[in-house]
This record gives sequence, C-alpha cells and structure tokens, in this order.
Amino acid sequence: MPFVEGLRCRECARSYPAEALHVCEWCFGPLEVVYDYEAITASTSRQRIAAGPRTIWRYADLLPAGAEGAVDLGAGMTPLLRADRLGAELGLSDLWVKNDTVNPTGSFKDRVVSVALTRARELGFKVAACASTGNLANSVAAHAARAGMRSVVCIPADLEVPKVVSTGVFGGYLVALNGNYDDVNRLCAELASEYPTWAFVNVNVRSYYAEGSKTLAFEVAEQLGWRAPDHVVVPIASGSQLTKIAKGFRELHKVGLLDDEPHVRISGAQAAGCSPVADAFASGADFVKPVKPTGIAKSLAIGNPADGGYALDEVRRSGGAIGAVTDEEIVEGIKLLARTEGVFAETAGGVTVAVLAKLAAAGVVKPNERVVAYITGNGLKTLDAVAATCGPTVTVAPNLEAFQAAVHVADWQ
Amino acid sequence: MSVKVRIPTQLRSLSGGAGEVEVEAATVGDALRALDSAHPGFAERLFDEGGGLRRFVNVFMGEEDIRFLDGLGTPTPSGCTVSVVPAVAGGQ
Repeated sequence: MPFVEGLRCRECARSYPAEALHVCEWCFGPLEVVYDYEAITASTSRQRIAAGPRTIWRYADLLPAGAEGAVDLGAGMTPLLRADRLGAELGLSDLWVKNDTVNPTGSFKDRVVSVALTRARELGFKVAACASTGNLANSVAAHAARAGMRSVVCIPADLEVPKVVSTGVFGGYLVALNGNYDDVNRLCAELASEYPTWAFVNVNVRSYYAEGSKTLAFEVAEQLGWRAPDHVVVPIASGSQLTKIAKGFRELHKVGLLDDEPHVRISGAQAAGCSPVADAFASGADFVKPVKPTGIAKSLAIGNPADGGYALDEVRRSGGAIGAVTDEEIVEGIKLLARTEGVFAETAGGVTVAVLAKLAAAGVVKPNERVVAYITGNGLKTLDAVAATCGPTVTVAPNLEAFQAAVHVADWQ
Repeated sequence: MSVKVRIPTQLRSLSGGAGEVEVEAATVGDALRALDSAHPGFAERLFDEGGGLRRFVNVFMGEEDIRFLDGLGTPTPSGCTVSVVPAVAGGQ
C-alpha cells in the first residue's frame, strides 16, 4: 500500500484518490491502481520476496493493500507442476500446470478476495459482498468469516450444489437470485449504489480486487527461477484474470525482478456455451458482443464480460489466440488432466486444457515453447460434470473369487 | 408514457442526488434524452459522438440488457423502469 499513488481511468486517464471507486465518473471507464514504480524498484528484490510469507503477500510491494493485518487464509504459492505426461499427449515438450485448485477455498479467487477485503478493511468497510458464479462466493464468505466481517453473497439460483453449500457453511447472508450471472451482476452493480457501506469485492473495490490476479504471473516467474514463460493459457470469464496476468509479467520487468523484457504470448480459453470473447477474436471484431450463456462451465458463464475488450487486446498484441470448446471437450479436458497429471480441475480447468489441446494441434501453441496452463478451480466443486463417467470401474462382492473374476488386471505388474 | 430511470451513484450529482427520475418517453433513447432535458449533462456522459451509448454504459429495460432488445429504440411501456448501470463489474 505505501506504493499506491491513486486510481486512474483506463480510458480517459482522469485521476482519483485510492478509495472505494471503480468507475470513472466521467466516461464510466474502469479505474486502475497507479503505483510509484520507482519506489517499488528501490524497495523490492528477489531476496526480500524469498524471505516473505509463502502466500500472495510476499508480493505486497506490488499489491494495493498492506500485508500488515491482511485478510489472509493463505492464498497463493500454489504448485507449478512440470506436466510431461500431459505434454506428451499434446505434443508439447515444456508444459507446466499452475495448480491453483489448492488454494484455501479451492480456486484462484482467494488471491483477489484476500487483496480486496484487506483493502476494504483499510477503507473502513465492515460488510463484504459480491456477485458470484460460485468460486467467488466461496472465497468471499470464507475470508469475511476469517476477518470477522459480515457478508452478503449473491449467486444465480441454479448454481452447482457444492458451490452453494461451501458458501453457506461460512454463515453469511447467501442470496440466490432467479436469474443468470449477468442478472446477478447487474443487480449488484445497482446494489452498490444503494448500499455504499458494503464492499462489493468485484464492484466498488474491483480496482483493488483485480490486482490480486497479478500474483498468478509473479509466482510462475519466481517458480521458474525468475524467468517468464513463452506462452500462457488462461480461462476467460470477465477477462480480468487474463489482463492482470499479462500486466503482472510486465510489472516484474518494470521493477527489476525480471532481467529481460518478457514477451509472453497470452492465449485465452472459453466454453462454446459462452464464448463472446473467442467469437470477437475469431471474427476480428474489436468489441465484445454480449451473449446469453449456456453449458456446464458455469464459473466462466459471463455473457457480458467487463474486461473482454482488454483481454482481446492483450491476446492480439502478444500473438496469442482464443479458443472455445464444447461441453464434451470440457469433460474430456478435465479427465485428461486428471489422468495424466493427478490434478482434478473444475469445468474452467477442463476448458483451459481442452483449448490448450486445440491450440497445440493447430500449431498456435508451439511444441518447444515453455507453456503454462492456469488451472484455477477445484474439481470437487463441479462433480456433476464428470460424475456420470467416473464411478467405480466394477462393483463386486467382497471376496477373492469375485474380485479375480471381475477385475482384469493380470498383466499389471 | 411515464418511465422511471434509475441513476447510478456516479451520475447522481447531475440529478441533484436522486437515484430515480421519472420522465415521459416512448423509447429507451427518448427516456435518456428526456433525462438530459430535465437534468442537463446526462447526454454527454451517456452518449458518444455518434449518438450511440458509450462503451462502458449498460442500459436495462426492466431486467433485460437493451442490446438484447431493440437498443435505444426499445419501446418503454408505461410504468417500466430503465436502469443505467456502469459496465465495469463482474468476476467469476
């Protein structure tokens, strides 16, 4: 926080103080945190980071809230796994998986929520709120409980049961709305005007919240020995995560943590049931046309993605691509990742793996590139997606004869 | 026809602090222009040079985004609510 100078409109560059503001009063453009990079460069170092906590707060110099008194469940420093077996299936020789399924509430949302609620508390808020497709709901409810804050979490009523239960358990106010995520989102944008004493993590403190995703880039670079990868594949819902990962790599160079200017190709992954950004990429459009989401990848089901245009810009500028995959391909993606690397991802992870497979087959992701696939949510949250095809191989009576008659593994040594 | 227009915090300085303004209008576009007549300053904040909505302005007729209806030409039945909402929000 000592290095934050204020907020600035990404569209018209008007300046604002570092308060609970997220939209430019003039043009409605998104407000972004402005840092004093010179001061950060003077303060930060690889050694200082290495000596920090094994959480996102080791990168506090580059975050818009103070590590002292952070609302912290231990988000971050998740494993970066070398994925040779998945790589062999896809024809990629240097593939890595950033396993963000093992965050405290099972998704990357713990990164952004920890930052958002830390800043919210600094600004004096006592109530945490959000619009969510599930992962954010879990994380806000948990972090609010941890911080002793009240929470009001708004979700679409048709959400997967595990996501509902693992929000409700934390004891906040859980409001199920009869509509899709875009309806929930619109209502929360209106609620933020009516309840100005609530911190809606992805509305009025969004400028701070979004910065938490930069840690996905910081960690990967640090875990690769302070080197940027050649290519990353990131799921796209609102598009915020992808744009912040791109920003994260740039910032590392800006403050001297990466020696060489990184040239990371950024590719995006969407589900065919909700692919407004992939469609814009494919058609060459420079704007994102809203759609009505369908399909199993509910955590990515944002038909009107707030940062879709910026995500499109980052992908195009970096020489990446955006792919979209069907529900069947998503399920295959989940199972392929699980079978080859032992990582069980939710549907968004299936989207990422399936799009990676497509882009590798098309030659967009090159065989010798160092590739990092971001797997951002835990499979236990979307069991329904694979339940039909992942039951017991056989069911037998508990005796040796029955086992040997039914289980054909004679050649397994 | 009488239409309620809901105003987000960011623009309430233009409406004297009011979160809701009632206007007479037959379409969403009419309603927003009537809002500007009643409280000058709204038009330049909502519309770009070409007369279309600015990139980060979302407008809803009832609960539906007008881009899924007839845009600014969407008819406004009497008693309906038109909401102006900043586009920046969202997350998984």
